[in-house]
Amino acid sequence: METRLNLDPALIREARALAAKAGEPIVAMAKSHTTVSVERAVLRLAGLQGADDDGMPWVNRLVDAVRETTGLEHGVALPAWDALLAGGYDNLASLAAAAAQGKVAFRIPAGADAAVARAAASAALATGIGRIDANRQERQRMIEQTSQPRMPWIYLIVATGDIYEDIPQAQAAAREGADIIAVIRSTGQSLLDYVPEGATREGFAGTYATQENFRLMRAALDETSRELGRYVRLTNYASGLCMPEIASLAGLERLDMMLNDCMYGIIFRDINPRRTFIDQRFSRQIHARAGIIINTGEDNYLTTADAVDAAHTVVVSQLMNEFFGKEAGLADSQLGLGHAFEINPQVPDSFLLELAHAQLVRELFPDAPLKYMPPTKHMTGNVFAGYLLDAFFNLCGMMTSQSILLIGMMTEGIHTPFLSDRDLALENVRYVRDAAGRLGESFVPAPGGLIEQRAKQVLGESLALLRRINDEGLLTAIAEGTFGITKRPADGGRGLEGVVSRADDYFNPASEILEGGERAPAGGLDPRTAPVEAGAAR
Amino acid sequence: MTGNIVRPYGDTTGDGRIQVSFTLPVPYGTPAEKARAEGAAMQLAGKMGLEPAMVVHGKGMGPDYTFFIVYGRVSHLVDLSQVTVTEREFPLLNSAEVNLRIRSGLGRKLVVVGACIGTDAHTVGIDAILNVKGHSGEKGLEYYREIRVVNLGSQVAVPDLVARSAAEGADAVLVSQVVTQRDAHITNAKEMSAAFRAAEPYSRGPLLVLGGPRFDPSMTAELGVDKIFGKGTTPGEVASYLAYALAPDSAGASAETEQHVGASA
Repeated sequence: METRLNLDPALIREARALAAKAGEPIVAMAKSHTTVSVERAVLRLAGLQGADDDGMPWVNRLVDAVRETTGLEHGVALPAWDALLAGGYDNLASLAAAAAQGKVAFRIPAGADAAVARAAASAALATGIGRIDANRQERQRMIEQTSQPRMPWIYLIVATGDIYEDIPQAQAAAREGADIIAVIRSTGQSLLDYVPEGATREGFAGTYATQENFRLMRAALDETSRELGRYVRLTNYASGLCMPEIASLAGLERLDMMLNDCMYGIIFRDINPRRTFIDQRFSRQIHARAGIIINTGEDNYLTTADAVDAAHTVVVSQLMNEFFGKEAGLADSQLGLGHAFEINPQVPDSFLLELAHAQLVRELFPDAPLKYMPPTKHMTGNVFAGYLLDAFFNLCGMMTSQSILLIGMMTEGIHTPFLSDRDLALENVRYVRDAAGRLGESFVPAPGGLIEQRAKQVLGESLALLRRINDEGLLTAIAEGTFGITKRPADGGRGLEGVVSRADDYFNPASEILEGGERAPAGGLDPRTAPVEAGAAR
Repeated sequence: MTGNIVRPYGDTTGDGRIQVSFTLPVPYGTPAEKARAEGAAMQLAGKMGLEPAMVVHGKGMGPDYTFFIVYGRVSHLVDLSQVTVTEREFPLLNSAEVNLRIRSGLGRKLVVVGACIGTDAHTVGIDAILNVKGHSGEKGLEYYREIRVVNLGSQVAVPDLVARSAAEGADAVLVSQVVTQRDAHITNAKEMSAAFRAAEPYSRGPLLVLGGPRFDPSMTAELGVDKIFGKGTTPGEVASYLAYALAPDSAGASAETEQHVGASA
């Protein structure tokens, strides 16, 4: 994309280089450690499902048992498959059941025994990752059979707590025009150190992410996609203590997009920074393989910090997310970097500032399917003013060619949207798209004008912050409250006890395939499709 | 008019005109369906006291629902002398006001230690109040600049909680109890308050705040705590209470608080 803001390409290159330099020590740390959740993800990818009578998944039982005997520094795979073969168990589930009763003597095999165990583990993981590859192809087939919706994709949320209530709501939302359905998780699932099992009908302000819930919803949306002749994407949340496992389940059940931010859990959920970065790398390797688009959470910073003062922290976080994402194998077309329309509407020129921020992000990441979030912080309860603000958000999204638009609700912060709130919100976005969908091609800010100056200022502040982060290290910057004005020390937060330093003979058959194998072809996604034709029916 | 009796104001005193919008589960497709749907909306408007009423907008949403906007004259009167205001012993403040009140009234950061005690592993409540993430559109206590939060998580033993609270210099201790089997929440709460009262004279100990969906907010004396929050409590209510209870009001910091009731921070 040509620059309409007259940005200096040298500055952009420098920003990327600084982000890479800040991220490299984190990547080295992630490569030299594993976590209980990464190891559980290996077992899930090998097909281990189910839970004991208390509802504790077998993957947790097996990883805990291995950790208590051989430790996890060698990875779970070698001792697990060694015991599986030596003990003559039918499958991993029966091994896990025996291990939970303390009946399995795990060991780190050597020589020929080790080779046999490795081969068996690798074969099991090849099958599991083969299923992810097949799902990626199936998605492509589905898109060819139905159609690829035009961008911006309209993103709508359902969250009843009951998967069987979510399904008809999601199908109705798709019929009303949603291109993407996100099922919000139950509050606090990110802090559970296990993934619940089975179809669930009770949640706190959301529905649990489980493998069965994923499967049920994807199957329902496949049915609706065929009915509508338009592929409806499904989104969930690969975040929290079980990030790698949920990413794996998403790959296994053909979810299409996953919320997956490099720092969200640290800042907003007080999850340990090391745990987060290690889990994040593995989960992004899975997403890369699965053709899943990640959505990052920079919009959240602006719900705690001021959207003008903290605009550069959004850009810095996006650059970090881009670096970590690409290092893990994600393509540009899989980087749904997040940002938001959260400037106080009483600030003079607030819309110009929003345009500057949105256009800056568009130009910094020309090939990324950017996720643009509607106003939430300055929705006051005046639903009429809120509806106007949402229209301006939609207009800004069109003018700056954003890729994924979360639908703004005029009743934000009041209640779960009414049917009529959702319908009015869709009417709003349809009007703006039909009336001004082509405005992006003509939107060229005046050279030297306020929009250009503001964009350059934010880029300059981003560079200054990146330099500071390089001086002190990213973990220190996070500890000092650089992002979302929340301080998170590197050794604080939840989940640090689940971090393990890898031994020299650490073996992870999933990582070997993910890091070594050839990749499936990219999804052929153009994040900036031509402006939507005026009056086009969906 | 006595001055105590008022009606809604449209554009003339006493005209009683209002606007409402609602959805009915009726179709709005064929002309016959539209006529029936608008009749249904008029019937509801009439039962709501709108007479005369006018359906100014009807729109089908999918095959089964219709959205209406209705204007009308409401026949009801409002008697201002009969208005009752539920008294809350503390004013509801927004986050800036809470921070200001702590700064001016306490002169330092307010320290909050939070935990789930006993065998209760349900941190969903305490996390919803403490985590930045918060809930119901309100940020948690961590978001408040003038509040320092120490979240000890779940299954914290009472002696550990007492010791840690002293070490952190806690101004307030927030304890969440979700599990109620054999009244464990009651037993645990009493044990907790007794331990704090034994460790420090009442006047010097931290403010003890209990939260959980099954607590009766009127049981503070019985459980030996200063405040109990029940189901549906938001972080802003807790923050407002802490500021009210721990930071003396100075210079009318709460003078204009009522207009912020209901607004999220």
